[in-house]
Amino acid sequence: MPKPAVRFPKLDPRTLPGPDNIRRWQLGNGIVLLVRENHASPSVVLTGYIAAGGLTETEANAGLAGLTAGSLMRGTQRQSFQRIYESVESIGASLGFSSGKHKTNFHGKALAEDLGLLLNLLAEVLRQPTFPQDEVERLRAERLTALNIRDQDTGAVAALAFDRLTYPGHPYAVPSDGTKESLAGLRRADLVEFHRSAYGPRGMVLAVVGAVGGEAARGAVEEALGDWVHPGQALPPKLADAPPLKRLQRKNVTLAGKSQCDLVLGVAGPSRSDAGYLPAALGNSVLGRFGLYGRVGDAVRENAGLAYYAYSSLSGGHGPGPWSVVAGVNPANVEKAVELIRKEIGRFVTRRVTAAELEENQAHFIGRLPLQLEANEGVAGSLVNIEQYDLGLDYYLDYPGQVAAITREAILATAQRFLSPDRLAIAVAGPALVGASG
Amino acid sequence: MTPPSSPVVRTRLRNGLEIRLKEIRTAPLISFWVWYRVGSRNERPGTTGISHWVEHMMFKGTPSFPAGVLDRAISRDGGLWNAFTFFDWTAYFETMPADRIDLALRLEADRMVHSLFEPSEVASERTVIISEREGHENEPTFRLGEELQAAAFRVHAYHHQIVGDRADLESMTRDDLHRHYRSYYVPANALIAVAGDFRVRPMLERLRRLFGRIPKRAALHPAVRPEPEMSGERRVSVEGPGDTTYLELAYRAPAARSPDFFPLAVLDSILAGASSLNLFGGGLSNKTSRLYRALVLGDLAASVGGDLTATIDPYLYGLSATVRPGVAAGDVLRGIDQEIQRLQDEPIEADELVKAVKQARAMFAYGSESITNQAFWLGYSEMFADYAWFEGYLRRLEKVTAEDVRRVAQTYLRSSQRVVATYLPTGGGDGA
Repeated sequence: MPKPAVRFPKLDPRTLPGPDNIRRWQLGNGIVLLVRENHASPSVVLTGYIAAGGLTETEANAGLAGLTAGSLMRGTQRQSFQRIYESVESIGASLGFSSGKHKTNFHGKALAEDLGLLLNLLAEVLRQPTFPQDEVERLRAERLTALNIRDQDTGAVAALAFDRLTYPGHPYAVPSDGTKESLAGLRRADLVEFHRSAYGPRGMVLAVVGAVGGEAARGAVEEALGDWVHPGQALPPKLADAPPLKRLQRKNVTLAGKSQCDLVLGVAGPSRSDAGYLPAALGNSVLGRFGLYGRVGDAVRENAGLAYYAYSSLSGGHGPGPWSVVAGVNPANVEKAVELIRKEIGRFVTRRVTAAELEENQAHFIGRLPLQLEANEGVAGSLVNIEQYDLGLDYYLDYPGQVAAITREAILATAQRFLSPDRLAIAVAGPALVGASG
Repeated sequence: MTPPSSPVVRTRLRNGLEIRLKEIRTAPLISFWVWYRVGSRNERPGTTGISHWVEHMMFKGTPSFPAGVLDRAISRDGGLWNAFTFFDWTAYFETMPADRIDLALRLEADRMVHSLFEPSEVASERTVIISEREGHENEPTFRLGEELQAAAFRVHAYHHQIVGDRADLESMTRDDLHRHYRSYYVPANALIAVAGDFRVRPMLERLRRLFGRIPKRAALHPAVRPEPEMSGERRVSVEGPGDTTYLELAYRAPAARSPDFFPLAVLDSILAGASSLNLFGGGLSNKTSRLYRALVLGDLAASVGGDLTATIDPYLYGLSATVRPGVAAGDVLRGIDQEIQRLQDEPIEADELVKAVKQARAMFAYGSESITNQAFWLGYSEMFADYAWFEGYLRRLEKVTAEDVRRVAQTYLRSSQRVVATYLPTGGGDGA
């Protein structure tokens, strides 16, 4: 039986994003614009994405979408790299791009008086980048340095090894930021071609939140981006499923000279659109987040004192992103930590969470909304989520009821569908483990 | 548009506890902070890291709020809580929906005096903190920074890392920790800062009731050992795994209360990019800073940064560079020295000054979106100066002249007053 909502924190609907205070428009070229006014501070956030990501990348060209996104602000038909950044930094604003498997995201911030400037710059770098050869080379060198650093970072190396175990033959096994080999092989022409084919207004979402009126924001966006058309725009391909693991898969990567190992244990989890997503998210909170790290934190950190951090996470994006537990432990304690975590996963898929656990986590999911939605960043992120996962403008108004309706049985069923202590990918990176296989 | 907030209310209870209150009605939230004037600055060899460890123990329960209960209660109500240990202070905060804040008030009043320090909890936290330190040691920049700080301070306690030396983490006892707690966690050594959706009068009454009954005790104020002048450049190097060379420079900097702090903040903005002053909310890019132009666009470094910290005693102004593969650290150092020479020889441009001030103004606006960040400033500024320091910050930046910047460059950025630290990679690792 669902718990009555009255037992949970009560939210003032006027403070939540909803149909009464979100303005949503779709421009003629397909761009969706969402605006919410907030005059608490004289600033504004602009965030969103275009539908171009690294889903089609292979080991050979991994990092293409990322290098393309990183090059956008390095020169356009009208301005040089230095002029572009002078215009942004001299007004205390910021604008940046990053790309993942499914999207290229952008994020900007400015004083409200400078929104027009920021929007025009966004349009210019999306539509007219020139990818100057010397700038591409400089960015490549910076990214190669970043990869050198990544390849010595125990957490990042463990996560990469985990992806390779969990997603064999699947796009998610290919690192989004590439490898030293793939990055070295990318040519300027590859960037130009990726931009030409994949960048366009279809699938683009833009959220503006802050001290700006809805109509004013719409006018500025229409002026900057309303005439962008790209009839042949390539849209991302359909993503294949990630077949579940059949047994434990283990990989140890030795990084000499380190003090601590990072470990990642987990599986391919539900996507955001999976009916099991919300039960999984609540269950994940019980497993490895609530309070300081939930059950996993209690077992590994509080009781055994093995780790400074040990928690679980559920990515829940467009595809079957990881549902995993991570921990940083001394090499002598790796096997003990792995067994403790497997034991917690075993308990999680065998018995329902307790009624008290369910209730306190439901209260937490509802009660944390005011804090999540306090600053412009949080509100803008929520608007983008509403749009990209088709949640509806009244999502946050309905959310407390949806959370309250989740049952212990639903959490157990979702946990059993995805997790098993005997079918996990386990990746460890750090100093050599004595007597370990891998 | 001005946010609907009130002037700051300042008061002190009879037991010496300082209170700062600011009503802000932008969201149904209250952020509640307790600041203690104790940090690694107050530590001696043998018990380095003790302030940070005590901070951990404050989450391990009191008779009224057993360990674990607190975490659950605050999370259940949709709150956020955390704590920080720094050189000069240790701070605890809870940001909660406004109608739930009383839990935080009761909890903080309780753990100011009743934290348990159970021996079994001390034992398990010892390994957790050693694990925290080992996690840091995995980072080349932590290892480099540790050596740099030790070279910069021979006498003053800014010498060691806040997490503490491993030898001390292994040998400190439960009684050491408890003594430290009893010595420094007293009302007269603490300051409460509250910002958010409340009314001053009832909030003050509640604070009086909960905190006013804590007995007055004198706080320990051990003499801080001032660091003598440096009489020549010091150089350190660290070798370790990886393929990346890092270069870090640290110059003796003025304390936050010094008038020179403000021209140095402008200098930092021009030389290395505007640093964010906010605890929550990121900074800006620095691609038009002088060092970025010289080193990154000059193909010598992959990234550069500057770091000016507000402290009670004079600390360090840091410059750092991630060296490009195939480039010698010495070439990067020469590039930095040329830019410093320029600052010492030539006045900066008027538009560079205008930019530095506008960047600071924008970051203040971003910071004011968050009630937690506003409450943070209410207390943080009092730890090294007072709230007027924060309120007057932009005004004082606006008064900085090109000549001021040149003067502080000449005064503080002297090579005889610096440490140069280099991380030399030895390769290693079998890769992913």
